[in-house]
Amino acid sequence: MTKLKTTESREKFQAFLDLAFKLTTRFFAFAVLALLAGIIIELFIGAMPSIKTFGWKFFTSTDWDPVEVKFGSVIQVYGTLVTSLIALLIGIPVSFGIALYLTELSPKWLKRPLGIAIELLAGIPSIIYGMWGLFVFAPHLADHFQPWLIDHLGPIPGIGMLFQGAPMGIGMLTAGIILGIMIIPFIASVMRDVFEIVPPTLKESAYAVGCTTWEVVWNVVLPYTKIGVVGGIMLGLGRALGETMAVTFVIGNAQNFSFSLLDPGSSIASTLANEFNEAFGDVYTSALIELGLIMFVITFIVLALSKLLLFQLGKREGEKT
Amino acid sequence: MNLYRKRRLINGLNLTLSMVAMAFGLFWLGWILWTLIDRGLTSISLDVFTKMTPAPGSSGGLLNALAGSIAMTLAGVVIGTPIGVLAGTYLAEYGQKGWLAPATRFINDILLSAPSIVIGLFVYEVYVASTHHFSGWAGAFALALIVIPVVVRTTENMLKLVPNGLREAAAALGAPQWKVIVLVTLRASKAGIVTGILLALSRISGETAPLLFTALNNSFWNANMNAPMANLPVVIFQFAMSPYDDWHKLAWAGALLITFGVLGLNILTRLVFRSKTTLH
Repeated sequence: MTKLKTTESREKFQAFLDLAFKLTTRFFAFAVLALLAGIIIELFIGAMPSIKTFGWKFFTSTDWDPVEVKFGSVIQVYGTLVTSLIALLIGIPVSFGIALYLTELSPKWLKRPLGIAIELLAGIPSIIYGMWGLFVFAPHLADHFQPWLIDHLGPIPGIGMLFQGAPMGIGMLTAGIILGIMIIPFIASVMRDVFEIVPPTLKESAYAVGCTTWEVVWNVVLPYTKIGVVGGIMLGLGRALGETMAVTFVIGNAQNFSFSLLDPGSSIASTLANEFNEAFGDVYTSALIELGLIMFVITFIVLALSKLLLFQLGKREGEKT
Repeated sequence: MNLYRKRRLINGLNLTLSMVAMAFGLFWLGWILWTLIDRGLTSISLDVFTKMTPAPGSSGGLLNALAGSIAMTLAGVVIGTPIGVLAGTYLAEYGQKGWLAPATRFINDILLSAPSIVIGLFVYEVYVASTHHFSGWAGAFALALIVIPVVVRTTENMLKLVPNGLREAAAALGAPQWKVIVLVTLRASKAGIVTGILLALSRISGETAPLLFTALNNSFWNANMNAPMANLPVVIFQFAMSPYDDWHKLAWAGALLITFGVLGLNILTRLVFRSKTTLH
């Protein structure tokens, strides 16, 4: 009788432990969700004084004047978007080429080392990109590339506006190029992964009717993996928008508005990195936090879109098998 | 015949371009690493490891920054890992039904790529602003928040690789579910989870942005986690942005240490564990 009782209580005890364990893990899974909510709420509270003072004008004003306490986000948002756009212009074709090389052309024994080498680009800390950009890359650009741009593209009406000014090396163009290099590994690895899920029979049939390798990639692989490719690009964009240290080093950190890519500018992240610790007064600090909130919301949307697209592709694959 | 030649030409051209793209990617890696070796090796001496960060114009090293970085990175990993492993366990073992698991998975993947400077702002708002001083702990918390999503992701992936037969076998012997998870599945994926922790470690050792507003910096030796703490990335940032040549040299030495430390850790995890997890 007593023996039966102990097994019963032991079972009860184990059931209790089971529940406790499940609830503990559940609690921490919930904590991850709460973390995101916490970040948004905290930034919103921090940005409140600025939101109250400037309202919607914050989005349309190019002011950035700590002395007069007038702030707007146009300069920083423009800098962030332009540098990310340049990064995409460089990152997309190069990443596509790399993914194509790794999936279709590379000899088998080279695949792994080359893949790792490209992924190592993502491992280099962003501060190193910044330092290298400032001391090594920017002087090169100033000496060789930028004078050519100013001479050849500067006089063209329209886009010439983007290439006015002095070849200083630092500026939005330099920041964009370095961001482009930094996002290559992210986009390339997504592209490579999605290219690899294309069913071999599909490719083989295309080869069998006489397609060249390029035609197979362009007309079969790419259409098949379209959403995944866009997802990868979005992921790269999300990275570029929020990148801080590399941009802070080379963008020039000037708080005035200029269309020219050769002029120094600033991005949201670089403004935060440079000014947050020195900010005085509630409104100044809170304007910086509002910038941070804007950046977080934009990257959140971009990254969420990227995840949804990649998830769609994964689901389609899942249904088939 | 003409069309045939045109198609072959386009094919050849585009495939060549793809090789050029590959070379383009490797070119930057090579250039950056070469710069670091070129400028960093000449700046590295025993002083770097034995002396404190100097005032401009005097000689010194990076000892306090190295120690601060190591302390905060370890604290970050120690705080972040258990949270990440438990959350990842929930996703893999209990996440088949309900709304919580898919939502967490989604948000976790976003946090994985979220701008790290925002994490710095967040920790500043909730911790630094309420304690009224910068501190090593604040830096460690910021780093822990970056560790969590990495560990959640790898833990979940690794647990999912464990064959269900193993779980069923343990359950058939009458083991309660928590024992199945702790003693069988988590143990089976130990190596993979360690990979995740090492990846997280390599991710945060170079992080600068979240430390700017949390740990700040300190020119002196400090073993107190409750005070502003020197750390390698912020020291590199400050020294590189300065106009002084001897500070630049120390910054390059630090850059070399950090990069080869991080890349070494990266390659090591890949070689040792040959894991199939990819982290985007």
